[in-house]
Amino acid sequence: MQFDQEFDARGLSCPLPIVKTKKALNAMTAGQVLKVTTTDPGSVKDMEAFASQTGNPLVGSEAAGSEYVFFLRKG
Amino acid sequence: MATKRMAIIATKGTLDMAYPPFILASTAAALGYEVQVFFTFYGLQLLKRDLSDVKISPLANPAMPMPVPMPVMVQMLPGMETMATMMMKQKIKSKGVASLEELRDLCLEADVKFIACQMTVDLFDFEKKDFIDNIEYGGASTFMAFAGETDICLFI
Repeated sequence: MQFDQEFDARGLSCPLPIVKTKKALNAMTAGQVLKVTTTDPGSVKDMEAFASQTGNPLVGSEAAGSEYVFFLRKG
Repeated sequence: MATKRMAIIATKGTLDMAYPPFILASTAAALGYEVQVFFTFYGLQLLKRDLSDVKISPLANPAMPMPVPMPVMVQMLPGMETMATMMMKQKIKSKGVASLEELRDLCLEADVKFIACQMTVDLFDFEKKDFIDNIEYGGASTFMAFAGETDICLFI
């Protein structure tokens, strides 16, 4: 999937993946896509909850081994 | 949609109890909440510039996982608190959990408002120069003014 910015949150635990994803989105413009990679299993549900509560839709996600990848479109 | 709001009263000054207010405040701010945290009694330690007094004690803390079983008589020996704190901080770092300082900075960056209880500052003879900048000082009524209009209000 195409993306405009990337944030590597591997190795970070709650709440850093979410809090820093928000910071990364702040620096982007509406419509751009942010790719986030995490290793925190809790981030799977957290990222969905973040997306639905903040109006930055999750347009794609995948799990590869112990890594989770999310694509968020800035709303 | 109106902005959601969360208020937290932080009353504890130990390492374990320091995390929930900062985790919830930084997360809520990331979710778009307007957040205020009122620090009172031992919670005020969390606003000190130097957080090295924020420790964890194995004493009277039977749920704390210990590498080896340790009788209470041993836990009360001098230096045990410092050792437990050091071990906990190492664990926190190795698991990718943020330090208190980092979480606190993230809160401030996200415009979480910190209010120090003026009464506690006076009670313990704390000095304002020992606290971080960008905080306000106030009392219960200051807290109520915001807390009365919140969606989530927690006492920690």
